[in-house]
Amino acid sequence: MGIYSVIGKNLTEVKDSLYHGRSGVIYDPLRKEMGFRSALTGMVDRPILKGVLDRRMRIGLPVQGEYAYISTREALHHAGIEQSFLDANEVGILFGNDSSAVPVVESVDILRQKKDTMMIGSGYIFQSMNSTVSMNLSVIFRLKGVNFTLSGACASGSHAIGIGYLLIKQGLQDMIICGGAQEINPESTASFDALNAFSIRESEPAKASRPFDRDRDGLVPSGGAATVIIESYESAMKRGARIYGEVIGYGFSSNGEHISMPNVDGPVRAMEKAVRDAGIKPSEVDYINAHATSTPAGDSNEARSIDIVFGNSRPMVSSTKSMTGHEMWMGGASEVIYSTIMMSDNFVAPNINLENPDEITEKLNIVTKTTPFAIGTFLSNSFGFGGTNSSLIIRKV
Amino acid sequence: MQNEEIIRKINQLLIDEIEIDESQINPAADLKKDLGIDSLDFVDLFVIVENNFGFKMKAEEMADVKSLQDFYNYIINRINPN
Repeated sequence: MGIYSVIGKNLTEVKDSLYHGRSGVIYDPLRKEMGFRSALTGMVDRPILKGVLDRRMRIGLPVQGEYAYISTREALHHAGIEQSFLDANEVGILFGNDSSAVPVVESVDILRQKKDTMMIGSGYIFQSMNSTVSMNLSVIFRLKGVNFTLSGACASGSHAIGIGYLLIKQGLQDMIICGGAQEINPESTASFDALNAFSIRESEPAKASRPFDRDRDGLVPSGGAATVIIESYESAMKRGARIYGEVIGYGFSSNGEHISMPNVDGPVRAMEKAVRDAGIKPSEVDYINAHATSTPAGDSNEARSIDIVFGNSRPMVSSTKSMTGHEMWMGGASEVIYSTIMMSDNFVAPNINLENPDEITEKLNIVTKTTPFAIGTFLSNSFGFGGTNSSLIIRKV
Repeated sequence: MQNEEIIRKINQLLIDEIEIDESQINPAADLKKDLGIDSLDFVDLFVIVENNFGFKMKAEEMADVKSLQDFYNYIINRINPN
């Protein structure tokens, strides 16, 4: 696993932030100057890759590609995989990503100003495509297996792991670098800000993302990149790899209703499908990393969905978005990492800022303080625009 | 602009913008084989030349530009035509 997040630039920093319930949300004055309704955002420094990657490798990387390079480099190191292994084996890459706004804006600005496409240069095309992360990383790490990007809105990273799991289960690949990446910049979130979906609790940035809380007023956009290396059991055994978790269930569904309003039925079907795929009873799930983004309708509907599927056993629930903000295309992958860190280190990270549940969210067993607990199996939810839903179940080995 | 100044400027742009190692700068160097300038780098050279020398390179005129000396000559002739 590897992570470049607003709550830490590597696994060690992220574990510390999760444990201490630290927020990565800030007030960005630039957004206010630009005319944003909300200046709140998760924030992390842009990696400096000059001297690390050569010019040709850097020039095609947008900011989320830079984040993803760092998270993937850490994941490979964490998994004990060297370049010689990647050169000698068919390793694939499946990343979740659903935008690359800045290179699109900048290249069109150049065209409008210069009225000559030749002045755009060679890098923007590779930066501006949705598949930018998988295309760049496959070249940088010389990968030879499956190679594409999944765009499934805010469930992209989760679907990437789910599809990777299915390919490995089918015996079509032995190892796939999965993940999710999300750019952080005003250009990519301006049209989202226009939907009045962001929290405007600007006086208290660290308290703005408050999933399941009665006084939640919207999500906080965020980003970064997360990389999870999945492989067949045989591959892991052959390498003598330490196994951090086993993907045992993937459930997906579509709401078939509104483009932005979530419902209850779609997430219920995704979670039930994941449980069936895992071949377990709902009561065997110890912890749920909720999608809950801190929007009034989304959190309520997810709480109802969780209560329908898991109401009898009431597993622990928290939304790490209370700390990270909504990592969108990245979130499904990063939240698998956050949950796996908790599973490895025997704690459940808190759903910070939950001061007063409402009548629906109080039905859940939401963890508000860091809780020592040995998670054996967790479920991670990710839902997105268009009503796309993904639920992953991962078990400790 | 004097020819020596043009050559100095081209060399500096190749070092700064295309990240060619200074030790490789040599008039006899083949742009592709020795300096590793590929077709994508040529696209960036179009931008670099217009931004720094104020004229548009034409792809068809580059067909005979093989060495760094050819490139110096091309730029010099465009700036200081005889």
